[in-house]
Amino acid sequence: MSGIETWIAAALTLCVFSFLYRDNPLYRFAEHLFVGSAAGYLLAVQFQNVIKPNVIQKIAGGDFLPFIPLAMGILVLGRLWDKATPASRWAIAFYVGIYSGIAIPAYLQAQIFAQLADAVKPFEPGWHAINSVLVLLGFLSVVTYFFFSAPHRGANGAVARVGIWFLMVAFGASFGYTVMARASLLIDRVLFLLRDALHVLPAA
Amino acid sequence: MAAKRPSGWAVRLMALDRRVIFVLIFLATALPLLFPVNLPITASPRVKAAFDTVDRLPAGTYVLMSLDYEPDIKAELQPMSIAVLRHCFRKGLKPIVLTLYPAAPGLIERALAIASEAEGKKRNEDFVFLGYKSGSQSVILGLGESIRTMFPRDFWGTPLDDIPMMKGKNSYADFPLVINLSGSAIADYYIRIAATRYQRPMVLGATAVMATDYYPYLSSKQILGLIGGMKGAAEYERLMDITGDARRGMDAQSLIHVTIALLVILGNVALFFTGGLKPGGSGGAREGTGR
Repeated sequence: MSGIETWIAAALTLCVFSFLYRDNPLYRFAEHLFVGSAAGYLLAVQFQNVIKPNVIQKIAGGDFLPFIPLAMGILVLGRLWDKATPASRWAIAFYVGIYSGIAIPAYLQAQIFAQLADAVKPFEPGWHAINSVLVLLGFLSVVTYFFFSAPHRGANGAVARVGIWFLMVAFGASFGYTVMARASLLIDRVLFLLRDALHVLPAA
Repeated sequence: MAAKRPSGWAVRLMALDRRVIFVLIFLATALPLLFPVNLPITASPRVKAAFDTVDRLPAGTYVLMSLDYEPDIKAELQPMSIAVLRHCFRKGLKPIVLTLYPAAPGLIERALAIASEAEGKKRNEDFVFLGYKSGSQSVILGLGESIRTMFPRDFWGTPLDDIPMMKGKNSYADFPLVINLSGSAIADYYIRIAATRYQRPMVLGATAVMATDYYPYLSSKQILGLIGGMKGAAEYERLMDITGDARRGMDAQSLIHVTIALLVILGNVALFFTGGLKPGGSGGAREGTGR
């Protein structure tokens, strides 16, 4: 980034950080600037990337097929007007149908069948068998915990409690990673301020 | 009978202004950046597996790289992108890079510039940047049929047929490895479509928040390696024997973790000495100080 861009970025970073002290006009200025510029940028990119090549340029070139998706896209906007709302549902139904056709088989294949196949595979040899046992125990106990058609009492309750322990370990690991992720964001900003803006640290 | 008065230090600690904690965290971040001690970094099996998967590919192999992140998570994924790109360049691999995020192209151009300059590689001879395409899942599906339908031109407007290194490269079948560095559900789409439906070997890089969600796919071999967050990127840099922003940030990362752990312990000890959260105790946030 050049000098002026760096200073704008540094000033906006400090404006956002000022919220840590308390809410203030500088923070709100940065927040509103971000929301506005992000929305404008996204609109411009989508126009250039979607509408222009897929609709405008094709129709200008004599291909009138894009009128069909264009009409369906306009129908979606019918939700803004009560009388046109039923027509908007045609386009939404078409979209939901297409998306379901793409997503559901792929989801079943990758996230249900492949994972089930992995959960019931033979134990690995040696010490790795311990991992296999833990995976199997975790799988069965967590599934038991989420089986709500039988009360969590007796043996069923005991297994469900083991499932809770597995879930807690998973949540703990996930939360630890989340803390690390947030710390990474702060490190990046502080590194930017110290190195790129203030030049206290040597350039990368 | 009067209740036992809680310890003074514990009461003061429970009433600690949260801004003191912010200052402590800032110091824990800035001091290690200013005065690095270079704590040792050990590569985890997940990152080592990702590194080895790329490292085993013979020179000249084409790799499809989808870099799907925006400035909000650049801290984690930009150093990762640079490290993986440099690894590809150093090995003589040919990355074909694309993104499914509208605000990503600027970051990716920057990553490509840093990596190609460091390893002495040239655009459209050693790598191609296809740019951004809207549609996420449908684009990932379309890449299995025809890259040219999804991306008729590269990011700078050059038709793909005019780029010699793109000759004969038109679908997942032409790429022995797919790499996705992602901060969103796009990783799921690549696992479902590229790795599972099209059976392409795949390496995943994800933000730390997402990383644990993808461990099961490592076990099932749907992905061959997983790079998680800035720590994962630092481990990759360590394996590459380079120093990027991820390694630079690791001292700070460690000190922040220690600070947070100490504050959690201190907070719990203070809570214990002030009577806990039960009615009558002075601990907890229920007093509504707004701090």
